[in-house]
Amino acid sequence: MRTVAVVGASLAGLSSARALRSQGFDGRLVVIGDEAHRPYDRPPLSKEFLAGKVSLPDIALEADDEELEAEWLLGVRAERLDQQGQQVVLGDGRRIRADGVVLATGASARSLPGLSALSGVHVLRTLDDALALRAELESGRRLVVIGAGFIGAEVASTAHQLGLDVTVVEAMPTPLAGPLGTEMGAVVGGLHADHGVRLLCGTGVRRVVGAERAQGVELLDGTLLQADVVLVGVGAQPNVDWLRGSALELADGVQCDSGGRTAVPHVVAVGDCAAWYDGRLGGHHRVEHWTGALDRPKRAVATLLSGDSSGPEPAPAYFWSDQYDVRIQFAGNAQLADSVRIEDGDPDERSFLAVYRRDDDAVAVLAMNQPRLFTRWRRSLAAAPVTAPVTTSATASLTAPVTATR
Amino acid sequence: MLPVCPLSSLAPGEALRVEADPPIAVFHTEDGEVFAVDDTCTHQDASLADGWLEGCEIECPLHASRFDLRTGQVDAPPAKKPVRTHRVLVEDGHIFVELSADEPNLPPGVSVAGQAATGGPL
Ligand SMILES: Cc1cc2nc3c(=O)[nH]c(=O)nc-3n(C[C@H](O)[C@H](O)[C@H](O)COP(=O)(O)OP(=O)(O)OC[C@H]3O[C@@H](n4cnc5c(N)ncnc54)[C@H](O)[C@@H]3O)c2cc1C
Ligand code: FES
Repeated sequence: MRTVAVVGASLAGLSSARALRSQGFDGRLVVIGDEAHRPYDRPPLSKEFLAGKVSLPDIALEADDEELEAEWLLGVRAERLDQQGQQVVLGDGRRIRADGVVLATGASARSLPGLSALSGVHVLRTLDDALALRAELESGRRLVVIGAGFIGAEVASTAHQLGLDVTVVEAMPTPLAGPLGTEMGAVVGGLHADHGVRLLCGTGVRRVVGAERAQGVELLDGTLLQADVVLVGVGAQPNVDWLRGSALELADGVQCDSGGRTAVPHVVAVGDCAAWYDGRLGGHHRVEHWTGALDRPKRAVATLLSGDSSGPEPAPAYFWSDQYDVRIQFAGNAQLADSVRIEDGDPDERSFLAVYRRDDDAVAVLAMNQPRLFTRWRRSLAAAPVTAPVTTSATASLTAPVTATR
Repeated sequence: MLPVCPLSSLAPGEALRVEADPPIAVFHTEDGEVFAVDDTCTHQDASLADGWLEGCEIECPLHASRFDLRTGQVDAPPAKKPVRTHRVLVEDGHIFVELSADEPNLPPGVSVAGQAATGGPL
């Protein structure tokens, strides 16, 4: 293999470039990214960076002295992958010939139809989004967050800290029920009330009112919430539209086997744009979490360089979230569980560990402010033998996309 | 010299967080060696004493950066800076730590008590 093109210059793209070099690839390495910035870290965008506690250099992903001998083509979009996957066509007309391609184009924030026209309405995915939102988070203003997923909850927490009056609205009866299940979703959602942030569940949003600038959010039940700033946090969709017309299999993300291999030879996919086959779930699953974008590229690059995608099942998905000075950590798949039990601590104290089980087997673990115990449980989940789900309930839940919303 | 605890009360494979400024993590490896480093990960705000100890390496509990306890060096990202190490002395069955005079590599936004955390320019 003489040339490898990595498309997407964020966490998964950078991790792939690193893995290529550390696994001995010494040919031409081209990294293509449509954002103008060098790779930066997204999680702080709703936390410390949004709060103004850390700066842009602090969230750079590369070390100062890091040298990957790569050609960085930044600020330019990949428009197309040709049929055989051997040419990446760029927005400026250039064509990059490559013997191997890593797809790492991530995901984009979903919006609600008809909302984006008003000023004061934000989504949060990129550095530019974060800068725009941060400029508007002035103490004393009213913020309405649409969607009580992780990003919505983190922005609510940061804005509350900055002195805004915050209301969170969630269409589902319980926040975070998808990734955490209803019982634990309610516990984590309870953090808002601890801090006097209103959480309204079970009512959808009809529209954002305002002429040029947002002035309020009208709910389906007629309630009107006054707002100076609105954040729409309703999940993300994989950036795979540019791949339509290629021979890749696209559903909710690029379909891959459990080693990152796609339907096109010499093309692998990683990070938020990729749906790897998950033996625990018995289906394809897009992991939209940071650690997947950091770790899985090693495996995908090994697949690309060797042509062999076999190997152990990747570690169970893991993510964390910081809200109101509480650290939440989760690993595994809540949707496989038929029970969840508090094993340590007390949810009311905001310090506990809960284990999700299917029959007697642990399938997921959730912790609030219990990092040490959590680390042990996470390890033992990863070490447990992988068995595909047997009953139909898990497969039934797979008919809906099992993407955990952030 | 900072007295930590009797060696017998820190089992091999275990770690202890010592409240100092900044806090210190003391590790007793399975091989019976004792190491001390700054407890706060150099990447973000997480306690290395809560991490996963394997050989002479500690894996951060938050994003799994790995640090070599002998040198403080980063063995696996996301951390970009080494963690400061402190010299350890075991005398008469008691663990002592000699605090390093080097500057700590605290993560952005975290500082030693008494100093305000600064965000710096954008
Ligand atoms: C605000 C926020 C907070 C988060 N907090 C957490 C957290 O606390 N914990 C956690 O586990 N996860 C968190 N995440 C999720 C985590 O950041 C993502 O899982 C991770 O960024 C995925 O990395 P990626 O490289 O796959 O995709 P991305 O980071 O989305 O990067 C993809 C890159 O590819 C570029 N691109 C897209 N299409 C093209 C194209 N056609 N041509 C060229 N370039 C293209 C994009 O512009 C982008 O730069 C958070 C995400 C956000 C947005
Ligand atoms: S806080 Fe330690 S690796 Fe991120």
